[in-house]
Amino acid sequence: MSNVLTVRGLSVKVRDTELVSDVDLTVGAGERVGLIGESGSGKSLTALSVIGLLPEDVYAAGSVRLDGVDHELIGADERRMSQVRGRDIAMVFQEPMTALNPTMRIGDQVAEAVLIHKTKPKSAARAAAAELLDRVQLPTDTLRAYPHQLSGGQRQRVVLALALANDPSLLICDEPTTALDVTVQALVLDLIVRGVMDRSSALLFITHDLAVVATVCERVLVMYGGRVVESGPVTDVFTRPRHRYTEGLLAASDLDTTSRRLTTIPGNVPPAGRFPSGCVFRTRCAYATALCEESPPWSGDEAQGFACHHPAGVADA
Amino acid sequence: MILRLIERTGVFLVSLAVSSVLVFAFMAVLPGDPARVALGVNASDQAVAELRQQFGLDRPLPTQYFDWLGGLLHGDLGTSYVSKVAIGPQVFDRLQVTLWLVVAGMIIALVIAVPAGTVMAARHRKVSGLALSAVSQVGVAVPAFLAGILLIVVFAVKLGWLPANGWTPPAQDPGMFLKQLILPALSLGLVQGAVLTRYVRSAVLDVLREDYLRTARAKGLRPFQALWRHGLRNAAVPVVTVLGLQLATLLIGAVVVERVFVIPGLGSLLLDGVSNRDLLLVQDVVMVLVLAVLLVNFIVDVLYVALDPRLRTAS
Repeated sequence: MSNVLTVRGLSVKVRDTELVSDVDLTVGAGERVGLIGESGSGKSLTALSVIGLLPEDVYAAGSVRLDGVDHELIGADERRMSQVRGRDIAMVFQEPMTALNPTMRIGDQVAEAVLIHKTKPKSAARAAAAELLDRVQLPTDTLRAYPHQLSGGQRQRVVLALALANDPSLLICDEPTTALDVTVQALVLDLIVRGVMDRSSALLFITHDLAVVATVCERVLVMYGGRVVESGPVTDVFTRPRHRYTEGLLAASDLDTTSRRLTTIPGNVPPAGRFPSGCVFRTRCAYATALCEESPPWSGDEAQGFACHHPAGVADA
Repeated sequence: MILRLIERTGVFLVSLAVSSVLVFAFMAVLPGDPARVALGVNASDQAVAELRQQFGLDRPLPTQYFDWLGGLLHGDLGTSYVSKVAIGPQVFDRLQVTLWLVVAGMIIALVIAVPAGTVMAARHRKVSGLALSAVSQVGVAVPAFLAGILLIVVFAVKLGWLPANGWTPPAQDPGMFLKQLILPALSLGLVQGAVLTRYVRSAVLDVLREDYLRTARAKGLRPFQALWRHGLRNAAVPVVTVLGLQLATLLIGAVVVERVFVIPGLGSLLLDGVSNRDLLLVQDVVMVLVLAVLLVNFIVDVLYVALDPRLRTAS
């Protein structure tokens, strides 16, 4: 299986503070990969580096390559990146309420996505917009609506429709359902999965919600402190976590627990740039020893592995 | 949308009615009898009483008010107590002159502010943006009449490129009209442009931080394209507000600038009226200025609705 996205040694810096360190990540063609972690773990910055939309003053280094694009994406100029964005890589953001232009009709905003890259003739853009909206189950009269006339869930479906307008090889979703009511989350997730499957697009799905990853993704990467600490197929990682952070995250999400108290990971995520040397998780880890002051090496391979000196599940391995 | 327009029209008409009462009442409570002023201190009481009757000043105030208002509604502004000349045609002639000044000044302000403010916002961390900011900051501090005098000194006196003062109607000599319009319009427009630039800058800066601009870039628009297609209309909403306020300031600024450039506009007429104690003339000119300001506010309201679809439901 060829890789659509190959990220090598990605680091993201703001001034002298490193927010993401040495991230390696691949997404296969049509593969659905989840990126999970707490806020501040660097998952959104990783995604924004891939599409080249980091905020001002935030810089990425390393390598990001996309299949079918013959240049390096990190450091590519605006002219070349703008041709990649929306055509080869598209993105759905967290906040649907503010993601659409309030003064432009929905139809024009969706049609624009097609027109920018000239993937369809001008005369067909309108019909294309109607079809795209139909595929996210929005009625045709949505074309004439303004964003304020739609609910959050409807707006997120519009954002999804325009992201998928040019059948991108990779769709990035950054917490696409976090801001939505639980009742519409399932529909939006379903439309995302169906949208990428229909187009054989790959999906990089960012969330902190483990249940969502389990339903949407095939493979998962766990991030903490700007590093990937564990990766593997969803079923393996969720049933037999190896990194102690993954283990804690799963325990905290376990709703079947018989004890009355919710399980938490002790301590807080340190502020950016204040992560300890060596294993970034050692200050919150019950298993940490002096050995953890050295960075743990990656055990396993590209597709499945972890970085921990004292992995869980050794007894039954 | 229709409801919203009806609502705004209602607000406009009510404000107009209220302000006409205020203008009339203000002039009525001013000390000094117009008839006595017109005839001079040596006139006999009988002559003054006759003139009061002739002007209708002996009638109750409400009657006088409705008489004046009825005249206004028919375009009849009355007859001057001092010169005994009909006021309407004078005000109309002078208004045209002032409108040229105000409109030209506003266009100059916009032509400066929209590009400069946008560039300042887009490059707010670069030297070019900061330099423009500094220039506009200086511009904000200069009053229009001082700008006018400076412009006269440089372009009329030193360089001799343009006339220092005077006015020619456009129908009479378009070339001369333009030459004489440039300096006064610039002295109004430069200062207002500097002020407006600051507002355009902050409006565009706000829009640049909006999520929908990031969405536009994620679609594949380059930063400037995204700002142009998705940003400017949104940034226009706060700018239009300021523009409305500025038009009122421009009208007032025109009063002063007309003096500096010896232009027979509404401002000169107003000042003449004040110094001649021509109360009815002053009252009419003030009312026309109030009408102009209210009209501008009404247009601003309508523009909001046109610019922002979220406002198209009646509040």
